[in-house]
Amino acid sequence: MSQTQADAPAIVLDKVNKWYGAMHVLRDVSMTVAQKEKVVVCGPSGSGKSTMIRCINRLETHQEGRIVVDGTELTDDLRALDTIRREVGMVFQSFNLFPHLTILENCTLAPIWVRKMPKDEAEALAMQYLTRVKIPEQAKKYPGQLSGGQQQRVAIARALCMRPKIMLFDEPTSALDPEMIKEVLDTMIGLAEDGMTMVCVTHEMGFARQVADRVVFMDRGEIVESGTPTAMFENPQTDRLQLFLSQILRGH
Amino acid sequence: MSTTTVAATGVAHREQPPALVYGPIAWLRANLFNSWLSTAVTLALAYLIVRWAIGFIDWAFINAIWTVPSNANGTLDSTACRDARGVGACWAVIGDKWRFILFGRYPYDAQWRPAICIFLFIGLYAVSAMRRFWRKELLLVWVVTLAVIGLLMWGGVLGMEYVPNDSWGGLPITLILATFGLAFAFPLSIFVALGRRSTMPAVKILCVVYVELIRGVPLISVLFMASVMFPLFMPAGLNPDKLLRAQVAIILFSAAYLAEVVRAGLQALPKGQYEAADAMGLSFWQKTGLIILPQALRLVIPPLVNTFIGFFKDTSLVLIIGIFDLLTSGKVALADPVWQGFSSEVYLFLAVIYFAFCYVMARYSRGVEKYLGRSVRR
Repeated sequence: MSQTQADAPAIVLDKVNKWYGAMHVLRDVSMTVAQKEKVVVCGPSGSGKSTMIRCINRLETHQEGRIVVDGTELTDDLRALDTIRREVGMVFQSFNLFPHLTILENCTLAPIWVRKMPKDEAEALAMQYLTRVKIPEQAKKYPGQLSGGQQQRVAIARALCMRPKIMLFDEPTSALDPEMIKEVLDTMIGLAEDGMTMVCVTHEMGFARQVADRVVFMDRGEIVESGTPTAMFENPQTDRLQLFLSQILRGH
Repeated sequence: MSTTTVAATGVAHREQPPALVYGPIAWLRANLFNSWLSTAVTLALAYLIVRWAIGFIDWAFINAIWTVPSNANGTLDSTACRDARGVGACWAVIGDKWRFILFGRYPYDAQWRPAICIFLFIGLYAVSAMRRFWRKELLLVWVVTLAVIGLLMWGGVLGMEYVPNDSWGGLPITLILATFGLAFAFPLSIFVALGRRSTMPAVKILCVVYVELIRGVPLISVLFMASVMFPLFMPAGLNPDKLLRAQVAIILFSAAYLAEVVRAGLQALPKGQYEAADAMGLSFWQKTGLIILPQALRLVIPPLVNTFIGFFKDTSLVLIIGIFDLLTSGKVALADPVWQGFSSEVYLFLAVIYFAFCYVMARYSRGVEKYLGRSVRR
């Protein structure tokens, strides 16, 4: 977008609060993601990390505070929302591919209908990204015929087909069998190396160490600690992070 | 070495499982004769079925009377039929009355027109059923065909005699009520179903009230209101005709039921499908038309066709407001003094017609379900 300066932050969350009924799920969450920055969000389940990332493209609405994405503030203004959603790609834990469409159709749908791209061009672009996630030969199949890891790579390619400026990952490997996690993480690492702005909710600490510029630790709806992966993992400052890390490491 | 060979040939010989494990004999043993009690029940029922079938074949074919002679005054003499009552069917009543049953009080010499309409309807269904015609042009074919049907039924042009629609009757009326009914009710039901899930309170309340109101009363009372009460509230001179009022009543009634079926489909879709479409920036109508409805409607094909079939038959309720559909024509045909008392034959004839349409619908829906389910199956 033209209003974005080269050095303006990609995402700004400023004292964001959210309640589900009486439950306070996001407490004064403030965070800035610079362009091309890769942020990994971790924390125990129920800590609000998924809710936070889903607020960034307004799959959830926040009740207090400001969220600015790519220079546009998220409000009830639907036009602004459409602009943001066009520039923000999302990958879900449960893939959420459209089962009634082929892999290729899954990838070309949004470029054709939202970006108004001609069909040939959209298909060429889709094949380019499917090649990049290493499954061009599956283009004519339906999602149900693919393995979980392949489906998640399709989901990444589908998001990339919109040529987004920002990619959000909501626990992309949590629903996968262990032997398929690597193929998805490798795809994400490749994306990170290309300079994509990424916010990623994940428990994959190896991935965090390898690509994250910054790790954010959330617990009970608030950001408890954030810093470089090395500082966070080698030298946790708070008891809560120490406890979390010990639980994670014991699990591995 | 030798043992392997034996094992190998043993396997080769056993490619077909033994007849006692697999095949029709095994099925009979497992399902019909697996205990003394079930053997006894099977034999008793088989006896009843065979007895009944023999009786029916005797009545319907062997002892049946197919034609009767005419009297001196030109009317048919049904004495032979009356003598055979209870022993043989009197198909002569169908031979004499089939045109009245199919076309009602439509002028006798012009009955070729409704006959063509019946074939046009069947042709329209057949064309719509074929996947290779599933294009936008199909909508145009529908509009043109329905216009031609209207033209043929009413006439008044091209040298065709004008026939007002209170003289229409029989199968064309049933097909008109069912086809227009479902063609308008189905799209309407989709909007109502979407409306019931809307976040806009006014739209939601309107749809809920509509569905609950219509569902809460029998179709007969809706038809009765449309035919008797509605004209009372209309200013004089502004009174749409009876058939149209009945048609609108049927559309509104079936749309309320179909809306609930469609809503079930919408509800069955995982939330992730909505979220993925939202996250891509699709608009509400794009999301609904491209992602949600194609999946939701496929899920509800069985209950949808169930409702279609139900309403095809329910059109016969227009009987109570004096519209001459297929069932009414059959009933009126029986009022002829010559044929009084031969209701079994006439109702059987009507049942066969209704069954033919409904069964084709049911069979076809299975094919569609299979086709649309290909993405899930493969």
